[in-house]
Amino acid sequence: MSEREKILGRIREALKVSAPLPGSHGDTSAVHTAAESPASHAREWLPSVGASEAEQFALFAKNAADLKADFQLFASRDDLKAALTKLRDAEKWSRVASHGGELADLACKALGLPVTITDRGYDVQEMEKCDAGITECDALIAQTGGVVVTSRSAGGRALSVLPPHHVVIARREQLVADLPAAFAMLQQKYADNYPSMISFITGPSRTGDIERILVLGAHGPKKLTVLCF
Amino acid sequence: MSFVSQFKFLASEKTRDLRHRSVIRTALRSYEVVRDKRKAAFQSWESARQAAAETKWEAINHLDEHLVALTAKLEARGTKVHWASTGAQAREIIAQILRDKKARCIIKSKAMTSEEIHLNDALEKEGFTVVESDLGEFIVQLRHEPPYHIVFPSMHLTRGEIKDLFQKELGDAPSDSPEELTMVARRVMRQKYITADVGFTGGNFAIAETGMISITENEGNARLTAALPKTMITLMGIEKVLPRFSDLALFLPMLATAGAGQPMTCYNTMYSGPRQPGESDGPEEWHVVLLDNRRTELLADAEQRDSLHCIRCGACLNVCPIFRNVGGHTYGTTYSGPVGAVITPHLRGLQEWKHLSNASSLCGACTEACPVKIDLHHHLLQNRRNASAGQPSFFEKLAYMIFGIVANEPAFWSLAKKIGWLTQPLQRAVKGSALDPAKAWTKTRDLPPQPLESFKDWWRNRK
Repeated sequence: MSEREKILGRIREALKVSAPLPGSHGDTSAVHTAAESPASHAREWLPSVGASEAEQFALFAKNAADLKADFQLFASRDDLKAALTKLRDAEKWSRVASHGGELADLACKALGLPVTITDRGYDVQEMEKCDAGITECDALIAQTGGVVVTSRSAGGRALSVLPPHHVVIARREQLVADLPAAFAMLQQKYADNYPSMISFITGPSRTGDIERILVLGAHGPKKLTVLCF
Repeated sequence: MSFVSQFKFLASEKTRDLRHRSVIRTALRSYEVVRDKRKAAFQSWESARQAAAETKWEAINHLDEHLVALTAKLEARGTKVHWASTGAQAREIIAQILRDKKARCIIKSKAMTSEEIHLNDALEKEGFTVVESDLGEFIVQLRHEPPYHIVFPSMHLTRGEIKDLFQKELGDAPSDSPEELTMVARRVMRQKYITADVGFTGGNFAIAETGMISITENEGNARLTAALPKTMITLMGIEKVLPRFSDLALFLPMLATAGAGQPMTCYNTMYSGPRQPGESDGPEEWHVVLLDNRRTELLADAEQRDSLHCIRCGACLNVCPIFRNVGGHTYGTTYSGPVGAVITPHLRGLQEWKHLSNASSLCGACTEACPVKIDLHHHLLQNRRNASAGQPSFFEKLAYMIFGIVANEPAFWSLAKKIGWLTQPLQRAVKGSALDPAKAWTKTRDLPPQPLESFKDWWRNRK
């Protein structure tokens, strides 16, 4: 018998005796109705988000600021391009890494710098020397102030963590209210062909491992900038 | 030294250590403030806890079905799934992958299961280089000691100690500022992600519905570990399953809130396979090792089965008055604090580890703190009961037998009262000294004085 069968056998043997439901005070006769997930009402318990788009953008901005991420919302793509070049000059970028995509292309063109494109494989050492990683995303989440990226929408796995500054270019319509909405969106978008990596990024990389004092840029980016129009 | 005498020795050392106490208090005070703030931001933390508990109940009480679904989905996308009944089997599976890949250097992100099976020692003995990339784990690895806490491995150290450690081991410690020390670790690690042959991770949740493993971290080290090396290995306990993808919408913020007082941990990443066609990077091979290591024995105990609901947030450690005073290393176990005291007797033997269940004031703070509502303090009582039923103490049995006789016979009872009253001054004189037969108890506790008039006398004499 394989270890798989042995382990599954032990599990099945153990589960012949039923365990009390949480909160039933030892009463094993209470039966769980698995008709819907116990977590399906999560929206009613998680931190509240406003109803209107304006409220949700305000919440996203507040949460992002708490996380020490930089969020800027623009009226037009030209304003976004201007902000990006300002960022380039302020931080003296000389090379960036990015991927193919309408918004990423727009950003790279505006920057006018040498770009390491990840789509068809790339040199890791070269990416490590880039000043910023520029990616698109799948969603902005008002409830957390974070973004969702995937290996398909954001140029692979390393692009959003290896360079010291992660810049996300997003459209206004990509804002979702809360975490349940983000998961529903991912399920709808990718159905049965999920990207091999889906990452909820909530602020720049951080650690508190030394005396619980917050330090940004532990291993991933020290800065996270979200530019949205 | 037996486990119990070692525990007692270290516990009395640590409780006297004022420096240790102040370091832990400072660290946990800031945690308490942010945790309470984040909990208050929930519209209903209590409803969320109940739903999380029910979701985990569903997962654990249909564990076989969920594991079958999980592995089928993982394998369909090219992931190799391994099953290990014991720690030794898991170590051998992992070592064999490394040998096959002719690997030399392994970069690891934090995984308590790897501590549980003493993976690093085993791999280093075979000549592999193992690098812990999580900052806290890196620090304790340099000190050759186990993590102090399941979430905050190096919370017992001050910045000065970490500076000295970096100076001695790395020859690089510009100052004792946490910022600069973190940057030292960042520099050391950067090239290691790129040159390591194998990346190793743990897993926080496994989604049966979609065949994904979700990893929660703040530093980005697990993201890099799962992105750059050509081979990836993930070791995870079989109890980590959740039924549905959407369950994460509840569990991710709850883990972050209970564990570190964050709204969300910085990176929550779901992996569903190795690099897929059309993707630009990621490992060519992904091996997932599912570990039993006596979890099925815990599962067989229906009364304590809910301790497998644990999501390893560490909240019960943080609020435990025993943990805060005796410290994480005193337990001598991988999982410390209340949850460690509950599960270690199942994982490593009840009689050898029953003392952990006695080291509790049964205040219930752990049960209150648990985001998945594990009935921790009652499980401590059940461990005590099971331990004494399995191996009753001769003197306790004798004492209860005598007490039973005395308490059942009014004449004996009234005689005992008189003896008690007469010998009371003598007890006070020898209290806690070598002459006192009950010194283990009376050394640190006062026996309340026996009143001149008993309740029975008062009742009889009342007007």
